[in-house]
Amino acid sequence: MIRLVSDDMRPPSPARRHLLAMADVTRDDLERILGTARTFATSLEREVKKLPTLKGRLIVNLFYESSTRTSSSFELAAKRLSADTLTLKSAGSSVDKGESLKDTALTLGAYDPDVIVIRHPQVGAAHFVARVADAHVVNAGDGKHQHPTQALLDLYTIHQELGRLDGLHVAIVGDVVHSRVARSLVQAFALMDMRCTLIGPPALLPQGLAESTTDIGAIRHADVVYVLRMQHERMQAGANYVPSLREYTARWGITPERLRPGQKVMHPGPMNRGVEIDPRVADCSDALVETQVRSGLVVRMAVLYDLLVGGPVSVRALAAAEVA
Amino acid sequence: MLWMKDAPGANVVVRGARVVDPVEGIDAALDVRIDDGAIAAVAERVDANGHRVVDGTGLVLAPAFVDPHVHLRTPGREDEETIATGTAAAAAGGYCAILAMPNTDPVVDSAAALQSLVEGARRDALVPTGFMAAITRGQAGEELTEMGELADAGAAAFSDDGVPVRAAGLLQRALQYSSITGRLLALHEEEPTLTKGAHMHMGRVSAELGLAGYPSVGESVMVERDLSLAAAEGQPLHLMHLSAAESVAALRRARHAGVRASGEVTPHHLVLTDDAVRSLDPNVKMNPPLREEDDRIALLDALRDGTIECVATDHAPHARHEKDVPFEAAPNGVTGLETAFAALYTYLVKPGALPLATLLERMSAGPARVFGFERPRVAAGARANVVLLDLERDWQVADFRSKSRNSWLLGHTLTGAVVMTIANGAVVHE
Repeated sequence: MIRLVSDDMRPPSPARRHLLAMADVTRDDLERILGTARTFATSLEREVKKLPTLKGRLIVNLFYESSTRTSSSFELAAKRLSADTLTLKSAGSSVDKGESLKDTALTLGAYDPDVIVIRHPQVGAAHFVARVADAHVVNAGDGKHQHPTQALLDLYTIHQELGRLDGLHVAIVGDVVHSRVARSLVQAFALMDMRCTLIGPPALLPQGLAESTTDIGAIRHADVVYVLRMQHERMQAGANYVPSLREYTARWGITPERLRPGQKVMHPGPMNRGVEIDPRVADCSDALVETQVRSGLVVRMAVLYDLLVGGPVSVRALAAAEVA
Repeated sequence: MLWMKDAPGANVVVRGARVVDPVEGIDAALDVRIDDGAIAAVAERVDANGHRVVDGTGLVLAPAFVDPHVHLRTPGREDEETIATGTAAAAAGGYCAILAMPNTDPVVDSAAALQSLVEGARRDALVPTGFMAAITRGQAGEELTEMGELADAGAAAFSDDGVPVRAAGLLQRALQYSSITGRLLALHEEEPTLTKGAHMHMGRVSAELGLAGYPSVGESVMVERDLSLAAAEGQPLHLMHLSAAESVAALRRARHAGVRASGEVTPHHLVLTDDAVRSLDPNVKMNPPLREEDDRIALLDALRDGTIECVATDHAPHARHEKDVPFEAAPNGVTGLETAFAALYTYLVKPGALPLATLLERMSAGPARVFGFERPRVAAGARANVVLLDLERDWQVADFRSKSRNSWLLGHTLTGAVVMTIANGAVVHE
């Protein structure tokens, strides 16, 4: 989690902690954040769900790509912690008028935000904002590179469901090459000594990322089957990653027949029912898709808390904060 | 083929420098006297003749450098570089001759466009400057340019740099027709269907970063094709900015088989690997991309054994705001004229990976030979094209004569400074 952005090119502003890539996160960071998230989960069971912890802080959400889950969960996470939020989507803002990312970041920086959460279609966008803006930066997805809070919430979900992380085996199935989620997950699993197998058609498996196979039968050995979204726009005729979606579904679609009883199934959403995941699987009790969304809220609360307050949190500390 | 503005011939004596001219077989402490821009004497002790005397003690005097691959961005992007600023950068880097690429806006594909550049060089160029003309009109890869007229107008060579000549049949015609001009074809080797949307070398690092990659084979498949065409036509060709070990191996095989093929390599491909891209710094983004350690070693071996005859900077200035963006949004290209010698001295010669004499040869005599220029040399009777180097001096890369500052070395401390450059007889930098 602690990434001191060292950049020879610019005079260093005071070092700030950012969450830009899973590779920057240590096992200690990860365990601390998951612990904080569990504490917040407890607090959310109470009737009044709002905590005063980040009162007076400003969280800016800057979304250059459409997003339902991630943007809503960051916004709600900030609100549950009593922070002010400002959400900017590229449509309807100066971004539409061709404003550069640098100028947008500097403009928002003029409001002295504590955290900038950014999603952007280009690799390196979050790193870039971390260089130019004087705020903690959280990468909510930069191109096909990283989506670290998704990996954190997935680890949280797996831990909640299976009670441990060490030694578990996860199969990631589908369009790995275009998936920032897969890239963050591979690093997160390695950090927690979990085994990871990538499964999919040859052109959708990047070389050298992790153990990989084209054989869908390999999901049988996994504790968790993590299904990636097939992105229609990438599968247009002529791209030839796969001959057709029909053939993809027949060969790599996740059906009840291909799963072992009790295997957990995850998906970062949005799902293409009937393409990468059979609707019977999507609706079964072993599918953790909604649990993932719920985890997203508490994990993002924990990330904001960790960046702004730091250190482990206890229910007692939270109660004290409430009194204050 | 080379033009510069009028400059007075120097009258200088450099005393006691270590004179290194690998082709002339000189490596000794000598005096060098330059009379009115021509080398008059190279000897243990020469009379000053009333000339200005420069104390060369502790310095190296060598043939000045030749860069066969520079983007001067003129016409069209004078906000990024002009003939004046680009050649000032060249002078500061120790160069006595540079070749500018024709992928400007408009493309240099007509005698009229070339003539206006020649006039510009006569007016503004601080060091002798030559211009390549395009192989195809508008670099569109469809019709040959009027190579005969372009050569008469002074084109130094032909290149569609920035893009490959896609169609094999067209390159075959270009090889055939360019033979009437006696000018080389200089090729940017890339198979575009293998490099679509790419931002860096395809390998383990691109897999981690989620950036679409240029595979090595995207270069080498074209290198192999074009060497085969050159062999079939019996014509020479020059391979620009080689980056992949497979390409180097193909060049070496072709040369052994008697194909008249030459190659160049940039300082950044000799020093960096794709590991540097993990920083997501737009100043390590270029095409061809930084590749892996095996590629870097293959390039270095080829430079050492002469398979690759030239160091070329591929100096590619970009406006600050165009590089001040996320990595994926940034344009390809880095500057290099002002740092090439120091970078290679610091990262290759000093650690013992490359002999100084070899570096000096590949930065000067090699490219001059390939492109048919008079070789810069330290010998009585020669026009003075020499550089004075301080191999002990450390300096920080911070300020540039170039209009742009997209250098991968920004902030680095380098060893080896250019103290003085004399180009075509004139002191152009000190």
